Amino acid sequence: MIGDPASPGTLSASEIVPESSFSALLEHNGLRPKWSIENGADLGAPEATTVLALTWQNGVAMAGDRRATAGNIIAHQRVKKVYRADEFSAVAISGTAGMAVELTKLFQTELEHYEKIEDVRLSLDGKANFLATMVRGNLPLAFQGLAVVPLLSGYDEADGTGKLYSFDVVGGRYEEQDYATTGSGGPEAKAFLKGAWRPDLGEAEALHIAIEALVAAAEEDSATGGPDPRRGIYPNIVTVTADGYREVPDEEIAPIVDHVLENRP
Amino acid sequence: MTAPFYVPPEQLIKDRAEFARKGIQRGRPIVVIEYEKGILLIGENPSRSLHKIAEIYDHLAFAAVGRFNEFEMLRVAGIRYADVKGFAYARADVTGKGLANAYSQTVGQIFTHEVKPYEVEVIVAEIGKENHIYHVRFDGTLRDEHGFAVIGGAEDAIRERMAETYEPDLELAAAMSTAVSAIAEGSEEDISDVAWEAAVLDANLGRRKFRRLNPEEISTAG
Repeated sequence: MIGDPASPGTLSASEIVPESSFSALLEHNGLRPKWSIENGADLGAPEATTVLALTWQNGVAMAGDRRATAGNIIAHQRVKKVYRADEFSAVAISGTAGMAVELTKLFQTELEHYEKIEDVRLSLDGKANFLATMVRGNLPLAFQGLAVVPLLSGYDEADGTGKLYSFDVVGGRYEEQDYATTGSGGPEAKAFLKGAWRPDLGEAEALHIAIEALVAAAEEDSATGGPDPRRGIYPNIVTVTADGYREVPDEEIAPIVDHVLENRP
Repeated sequence: MTAPFYVPPEQLIKDRAEFARKGIQRGRPIVVIEYEKGILLIGENPSRSLHKIAEIYDHLAFAAVGRFNEFEMLRVAGIRYADVKGFAYARADVTGKGLANAYSQTVGQIFTHEVKPYEVEVIVAEIGKENHIYHVRFDGTLRDEHGFAVIGGAEDAIRERMAETYEPDLELAAAMSTAVSAIAEGSEEDISDVAWEAAVLDANLGRRKFRRLNPEEISTAG
């Protein structure tokens, strides 16, 4: 069997069908989980919360807090919720953390797999549609309380603009203008962005309002973790522009966080 | 009742090898050469979109000569092998040795069992703490080459040239001109208006070390 990791063996020629879907390949190799959960079962699995994305002059910025909760317990303090999808897109996750992280890993592999086999990247629209299908595939589990709701943002190489996509739990895909949020602190962050977002934001301003929106969400929502400079817990922030994906390092985020915390009303 | 012709196995293998070798000798050569910061893969290729050199995984590159449809299958199978393994375990668990072995098994199996052997030769280049260049021949023979490897037409003559001129730790430009002049002299062809395809596994890059060189980068150095 092709790529059966347990037995590298041969790459059977009869099974080599030109197809660029990685999920189909995993299914074929029996590496996709097949199980169902009793209705109403509460696993108490950690959930990740507030993430947001916004456009600015050169592209998009995406940010997420670091908290994961299980009921009223803070399960993790330093969860990463914003990931590189490929060189020109980023994905942020909310919902059941374990499922979301796995979904992200699969999405990343899909994009790279497609890119290598076809020798061209998927269009940004194609990435959004594909992610929507993946979220929809998770629907039976969403009914059991294991929902995953991502945000996708990226730089569209075709027309040179930054774009945002939000999703719902059934796999609905919505292209958003200006800014988008999801997770339990999402409404609060969105309310802040509504007042702060402008069409001509530079990078520094975009990072600033992204951080302030997360701080605003953390003030109102117990499942959203605020920045904690004393412990060195800062939000994850990334940007995607014509130059590609960039993870903003903590050293760059720290002074902005200090400034925001000092000046919050 | 007709009695089947008896063909001695020696003859059968010889005929198949002859057939495959002929097909491969018609292909234009590719040279893979280690340089200071990585591994360069370069060869003639008139097409800009039908590649003979490709990315398999973070630190693995593929180069092949022979029939396009056959090595394209191997390329795709290699990507599938690597992506599934890296997804199921960890990215570091995908190795050049594993991939080269899988190719060797596959090509060897086809050589003896299928109606027609594959007319291809493949190189798997791996960059890491140690660099490796694996050479898979049409009959599945697997060789671990040091410093450089040559596949395709005029292979032996080019390899001789390379053996004379190759030096370790060359800069990229120097490695490229070494490879290009070995191809020119070995194949005794005028290469003044040849279209080249080239890529590097570059130790300076991030996770994905593979990078195609654009035509300007190739002509200035070549």
